[in-house]
Amino acid sequence: MKTEVVENVAFNLVRQAVIYLPEDVKQALKKAYMEETSEAGKTQLKAILDNIELAEKYQAPICQDTGTIIFYVSAGAEVKGLDKVESALINATRRATKEVPLRPNAVDPFTQKNSGDNTGRFIPYVHWEIVPGDALELTVMTKGGGSENVCLTGMLVPGEGINGLKKFVIESVIKAGAQPCPPTILGVAMGGGADIAMKLAKKALLRPLNEPNPNPEIAKLERELYEAANMTGIGPMGLGGKTTVLGVHVEYAFRHPASFPAAVAFNCWAARRATARIHADGTVEYLTHKGKI
Amino acid sequence: MAVYHLKTPISEEEIRKLKVNDVLYITGTIVTARDQAHRRALEYAKEGKPLPINLEGLAVFHCGPVVSKEGDKWIAVAAGPTTSTRMDIFEDEFIKNFKVRVVIGKGGMGKKTTDAMAKYGAVYGAFTGGAAILAAKAIKKVKDVEWLDLGTPEALWIFEVEDFGPLAVAIDSHGNNLFMDVAKAVEENRKKIYQKLGLQL
Repeated sequence: MKTEVVENVAFNLVRQAVIYLPEDVKQALKKAYMEETSEAGKTQLKAILDNIELAEKYQAPICQDTGTIIFYVSAGAEVKGLDKVESALINATRRATKEVPLRPNAVDPFTQKNSGDNTGRFIPYVHWEIVPGDALELTVMTKGGGSENVCLTGMLVPGEGINGLKKFVIESVIKAGAQPCPPTILGVAMGGGADIAMKLAKKALLRPLNEPNPNPEIAKLERELYEAANMTGIGPMGLGGKTTVLGVHVEYAFRHPASFPAAVAFNCWAARRATARIHADGTVEYLTHKGKI
Repeated sequence: MAVYHLKTPISEEEIRKLKVNDVLYITGTIVTARDQAHRRALEYAKEGKPLPINLEGLAVFHCGPVVSKEGDKWIAVAAGPTTSTRMDIFEDEFIKNFKVRVVIGKGGMGKKTTDAMAKYGAVYGAFTGGAAILAAKAIKKVKDVEWLDLGTPEALWIFEVEDFGPLAVAIDSHGNNLFMDVAKAVEENRKKIYQKLGLQL
């Protein structure tokens, strides 16, 4: 697989992600605007919809916080040149910072110096998955800081079972309040371990809003948590209303008998993500943003 | 709910007409200030030094904009609000000393700021978080910038704006605070949620 193709596709994905919201998120925001009954909440949703339109019209990033750049790579086992993919993603990030442009959001936590180009130790972070085949699938998530600041991991009491998880999710939403720029999307995960739960919760944010978990029991839990979160009344931007979350996605892993790890990952309404598949012959399919390069 | 279009400088009398849930659009001058600018401004006030711009009747905007320079002209590319709670420790003194009439940000502010707004006549206008292009398009001109030594996000950006908004009046000058009202309602709703899910409080 040619490195320059990977770099160009990654660049296009970052650009698409920060300018165009995925269709499912847009539709959910439109539906929320139609259904919101609080006047203050409705005003906020209207401003959000207007802003989305303006960003597309002027080809400018939706939000001034263009986020931390995270890649999810699903690599076919037969793909050649996988060792070059990571450097291609770093180069794409540098180019996007200059050309889109993005706000430089990578700071050395020790010296407090901003690298200026959105790259640095472990940033952009790359999650790898090896799958059968000869195609390379790239997904980018550009994750805002406001919604990242309220993400929570908890080690719950196994004896409380699923009720403990429900409490943890509701309390996380109430504690977060207006901070993560609601209406948000929640990624919820249980099991695995502290790190695994958060990894799964964050990855759950990539799932489109109209796709419930294929397991009907988990899908039911998603629905229940969605309704409960919207009963809080926090509303759009915390000004009150019935739209606090646009969706709740639950994932799980098996747990140690003594542990019940749980994680809640928040994404702001500007839930920016984009995916493309590069085939062995070099052809590219843009899966989330067809016709928007 | 009423909609107001106000021009700066805004008088105390004008601002006292506004109530929570009203919507406000501002035309005139707004000035950005985040943590560092608030801190320095209050140091100046303590030392009796004048600020580079007289803020009386203007709006202060919690914002670290994305700016670009074309020739010697600055352009505001994206300019959404930042979280206001960080400025809560400064805002009462800020309002008292500089007589700003509107504080613009996201996420709301606390009791101390609410009290200062009631005492001196000011409101908090919530601008939609993330709506950075909506904000940038209402900025007609970057008039000036001061305190650039604090870095571009922390500097005082002086913007000429036209119908900047919508700002949801979330704290008015009569002691009402919409965010605190929502927090109270959420406390009540929590009980209902626990009951519905069959959970123990």
